[in-house]
Amino acid sequence: MGLLDARISNRNVLVTSVDNVMNWARLSSLWPMGFGLACCAIEMMATNASNYDLERFGIFPRSSPRQSDLMIVAGTVTMKMAEKVVTLYEQMPEPRYVLSMGSCSNCGGPYWNHGYHVLKGVDRVIPVDVYVPGCPPRPEALIGGLLKIQELVRMEGIGVSRQEALKKLAEKSVDPQQVIGQARKATA
Amino acid sequence: MPAAVQQSKAAYDIIRERFGEAVSECDANPTMPFFEVADTSKWADIALFMRDDSRLKFNYMACLSGVDYMEQGQLGIVCNLESIGGPTHKIAVKVKCARDGGSIPSVSCVWHTANWHEREAYDMYGMTFEGHPDHRRILCPEDWTGFPLRKDYQVQETYHGIKVPY
Amino acid sequence: MQELGKADLNSTRIIPQGDNRVVIEKDLDTEYMVLSMGPQHPSTHGVLRLECITDGEVVVEAEPYLGYLHRCFEKYCEKVDYPGIVPYTDRMDYLAGINNEMAFCITVEKLLDIEIPRRVEFIRVITAELNRIASHLVAIGTYGIDLGAFTPFLFCFRDREHILNLLEWISGARMLYNYVWIGGLSYDVPADFKKRVDEFVTYFKPKVVELYQLLTTNEIFVKRTKGIGIMPADVAINYGWSGPMLRGSGVDWDLRRNDPYSVYPELDFKVALPDPKFCEIGDSLARHLVRAIEIDESLKIIEQCLDKMPEVDGFDPRAAIPKKIRPKAGEVYGRAENPRGELGFYIQSDGKSTKPLRCKARSSCFVNLSAMKDLSKGQLIPDLVAIIGSIDIVLGEVDR
Ligand code: SF4
Repeated sequence: MGLLDARISNRNVLVTSVDNVMNWARLSSLWPMGFGLACCAIEMMATNASNYDLERFGIFPRSSPRQSDLMIVAGTVTMKMAEKVVTLYEQMPEPRYVLSMGSCSNCGGPYWNHGYHVLKGVDRVIPVDVYVPGCPPRPEALIGGLLKIQELVRMEGIGVSRQEALKKLAEKSVDPQQVIGQARKATA
Repeated sequence: MPAAVQQSKAAYDIIRERFGEAVSECDANPTMPFFEVADTSKWADIALFMRDDSRLKFNYMACLSGVDYMEQGQLGIVCNLESIGGPTHKIAVKVKCARDGGSIPSVSCVWHTANWHEREAYDMYGMTFEGHPDHRRILCPEDWTGFPLRKDYQVQETYHGIKVPY
Repeated sequence: MQELGKADLNSTRIIPQGDNRVVIEKDLDTEYMVLSMGPQHPSTHGVLRLECITDGEVVVEAEPYLGYLHRCFEKYCEKVDYPGIVPYTDRMDYLAGINNEMAFCITVEKLLDIEIPRRVEFIRVITAELNRIASHLVAIGTYGIDLGAFTPFLFCFRDREHILNLLEWISGARMLYNYVWIGGLSYDVPADFKKRVDEFVTYFKPKVVELYQLLTTNEIFVKRTKGIGIMPADVAINYGWSGPMLRGSGVDWDLRRNDPYSVYPELDFKVALPDPKFCEIGDSLARHLVRAIEIDESLKIIEQCLDKMPEVDGFDPRAAIPKKIRPKAGEVYGRAENPRGELGFYIQSDGKSTKPLRCKARSSCFVNLSAMKDLSKGQLIPDLVAIIGSIDIVLGEVDR
């Protein structure tokens, strides 16, 4: 699956495609923008900190949008903030990815019906690649979402558009129920 | 009458003695004893007196909340006052004004706390505070239409081209 | 001529005038520059925006702009019934969920006039104090980051995770608990709760000392915070400051003692006050010290509560919860001591409906932050960061 699985001959020569090398480099250094909005940001911080240690995935928060290739929208986006989010998104260099963390940025969350000042889903202003549900999502869930982004990166390549990559990813989708069932059977 | 309410009543009596008809009767209920300022224009004077009088010393404003009394056609504020390091009494003061174009004297020069709270009350209810040093919206954007916490508030359809309702 | 690379320190003179004001004298003619910090800035602790007018490195005026996280809490209070508001209070100050719930619940209970079982009170106090420790750990950890110390952050979050595990075990959620209900609790605590909290306290006590050695007595940290952002006591009271901020200015005021609620009158604890040996009263370091001492005091409170907590067989924490929560007509202002200060709720009930007519949250951060303009006058930009960090704001509570 990954680059390291490719066969290395005894002369230390690695035969692989450029796509593979590029994707491997990209997906193992996803730099998200440290962009905390609300309660979810605290869980994002906890994921970065000692116990969950995101840095082992090569994920390390950057303070500037110009140095980052992933935006984690962690928390409630309000009307006042919406335009700023778009600006920040536009400042990020291509290729860029957006992960929407938490119900609030997915769809308005607990504030969906009477929250006059809450944007009901960040996908109304910027395109979102991966949604992580939860209020707040556990750090494990966030890591899961980040791994999903890595998979998406892996599907891309030179001349392969994001749409095609998403399609490929959808074809490859696994049914979690099945996996869980198998794991349960194995442990039982 | 619980001791705390008695203390509030005693504090009220001092204010009543000084301002007479400008303040209404004291409502000595056990949960939150309060009185109303009948003559709104006197509110700033009353506030200053409450803060500086040596028997009262209400030097700490805990809270200032805006309220919408829709049936009476009025808006109002409720201030919870008490004293830190002085006497242990507490009291709440209500000030009301007309719903359309009403105004209340600002007390932000008496208690700095009131500054942002009055801005918030204006933001949510739309009464003006006379003499406020920085009379702007605080939470909603400058160009937001309507006052969200009024009982008859209708949310706007779009804001800067973004759909607001779900 | 000035040598290249060597700034002439005499070109700008900052002369303190007492009362938190300074006069800036300078020989060079400079122009003011407007510098916008935030709403996405690592040191503003969320989505706060500060518009600073700067003269070189000196801040002439910093005006905070809020509302980037205004989530219509007060609107929701008028739209959902009383038990439904509890989860929303969690989301205000999301670092101290249980404290918020408790503040709201005791306010409504005042209006309802109901008796709370003693065991419930003790569990509430233990969880609230645990949450207070967790919240102060975040405050201290992120304050370290602001001033360039990364390690304390990792230490703090490691220990915070232990508390979160405990609270998750009790309530089922890591951060936003919905655990304290009006009139009771959602669940009783699990069987060996006492043992595990005790274990945590034993584990954590040496860690506080370690943290103290790592940060509070660190030379660089002290240099960066001592004497920065001094707030005199009377101005602090006039600004309505509360909690560690007010105590940092040397005012002996703690709602747990001055306006006691729950079982706090039975407990023996000190109100944390800064020691003038280590800091200047009212500066950023003093506020940090108060938080550090409060962690210790909270541990003491927890230990006492564990001793005093009555064991009841087949205890039902929901027994005292009224079937329909419909308080009598009236108004109430109730409050509790949160990690960040006084969290108050003003509730108006008409006696007929199950929803409040009006519920205003008096948030401590909102009030504490309002002094920012005065605090920042004449400070250097790096010190501005130190001041914001010492206020310890949570934007969810500022904007509600
Ligand atoms: S989804 Fe929940 S935890 Fe996340 S920001 Fe919204 S309210 Fe907070």
